[in-house]
Amino acid sequence: MGNVLAFRDLTLGYDRHPAVHHLDGVVPEGALLAVCGPNGAGKSTLLKGIVGILPALAGRIECRVPEREVAYLPQAAEIDRTFPIEVFDLVSTGLWRRTGLFGGIGKADRARVEAAIAAVGLEGFEARPIGTLSGGQMQRTLFARLLLQDARLILLDEPFTALDAGTTADLIALIERWNGEGRTVLAVLHDMELVRDHFPQTLLLARETVGWGETREVLTPANLIEARRMCEAWDDGAPACAPGSPVAERAA
Amino acid sequence: MIYSLLIAPFAEFDFMRRALVGVLALGLGAGPVGVLMMLRRMSLAGDAMAHAILPGAAVGFLAAGLNLFAMTIGGLVAGFAVALGAGAVARATQMKEDAALAAFYLVSLALGVLLVSLRGSNVDLLHVLFGTVLALDDATLLLITAISSFTLVVLAVLWRPLVLESVDPGFLRSVSRAGAPTHLAFLALVVLNLVGGFHALGTLLAVGMMMLPAASARFWTRELTVMVGCSVLIACASGVIGLLVSYHWGVPSGPAIILVAGGAYALSVLFGPVGGLLPRLAPRRHLEA
Repeated sequence: MGNVLAFRDLTLGYDRHPAVHHLDGVVPEGALLAVCGPNGAGKSTLLKGIVGILPALAGRIECRVPEREVAYLPQAAEIDRTFPIEVFDLVSTGLWRRTGLFGGIGKADRARVEAAIAAVGLEGFEARPIGTLSGGQMQRTLFARLLLQDARLILLDEPFTALDAGTTADLIALIERWNGEGRTVLAVLHDMELVRDHFPQTLLLARETVGWGETREVLTPANLIEARRMCEAWDDGAPACAPGSPVAERAA
Repeated sequence: MIYSLLIAPFAEFDFMRRALVGVLALGLGAGPVGVLMMLRRMSLAGDAMAHAILPGAAVGFLAAGLNLFAMTIGGLVAGFAVALGAGAVARATQMKEDAALAAFYLVSLALGVLLVSLRGSNVDLLHVLFGTVLALDDATLLLITAISSFTLVVLAVLWRPLVLESVDPGFLRSVSRAGAPTHLAFLALVVLNLVGGFHALGTLLAVGMMMLPAASARFWTRELTVMVGCSVLIACASGVIGLLVSYHWGVPSGPAIILVAGGAYALSVLFGPVGGLLPRLAPRRHLEA
């Protein structure tokens, strides 16, 4: 199995200010990788870069998976919860790869949608308008849609924020199931306990890489303190980043 | 009695029959477009667009008089320029669409007023402002019905991306590039329907046929398809009742139609089962947990 993703001296950011700075590394196919780091470390930015919402300021991302086989769950999905649409219809949009803009949804597809809704524990909610769902039920709905997307690379941005233990456990089980099926999962997470328990690999990010490898070797107290220190405030007067100058010096 | 009240005006007068066909066609097209506008939080964008169309239609009127073709082309050009310009600026820069639209339509409106005054003639623009639903000729009627048919076909084809772009634009972006073209196509539909509407109701009141029925329908159902049906029904009913009111009381028909729609809106706000005022003031006992 090859690599799904490769970051080559990647810099992503906003208004020339880097949020991810000179990142290098590869993600092998089938990896279950947690992306950790303090607020403002560039975790969400990295995912946006991978899905192509944010163009790279420098360097590049090599994504070996066709764009349509990448599924992305953003941190605050821009979902209009007041829109009159039912759970079933929202979940069925996960079939987009198969149906596209105009394709019909047949009997087999309806069965798959129902199975996905059942898999996230929302049987009986099919006809509920999404405006009546709780936060946890909404996140389950979005995971059901991810199930249907049948993607090879799945990017999750803080998928468990504000969820209770039961919901989190159910959704973690789904992630582990995906990983067992050979899919690559990148998840931005804040709960270090959760990462240590369920994610074999971790990238600790503080705009630059603090550590990337086995979770227990990366999430050491020393590394976490280092990450916090490196994630200082946005510097309005930062000089242009000179090519070739060592990264560590600028960070210090 | 009922015959003379409801049927006779249409049976006896050709212009009333034409007006009837006109308002029914307008309702069919504007109903669904209005619902999507409302759900996409673009209720006021329609108003802005109507202001943008006005100068175009006025320029067409100045150039060729009461010429269907010239005024339609003028309105379409101005409307598309503003809609596409604002849409493009919103997609390409950090500016939100409402602000871009405000900027574009104000420029268009000012330009229109300037052009009209340059001609130095104090033209009677009442026709453009308030329309002439009781004087629809064959060509205008054809234009209105063609626009409505075209609108329904385009909506049927683009329904899925249109809905998804309203519910979850981020997801649509991640699976398809159809978002931006769909949005522009929708803006084009809005312009088309407003241009169709202005021949009957005038540029400013044409928005009423779009937004009032949609806003009323929101109070009656939580289901999108039912909402669209409700909106079409209210739009068409307002058209018919408005024509009758205008006939029996001798008031201008355009404002009468929109006022009837306004009445439907007031009733919906008061009695609508989905978040209406009365159901909120007199809540029924809560259910078992």
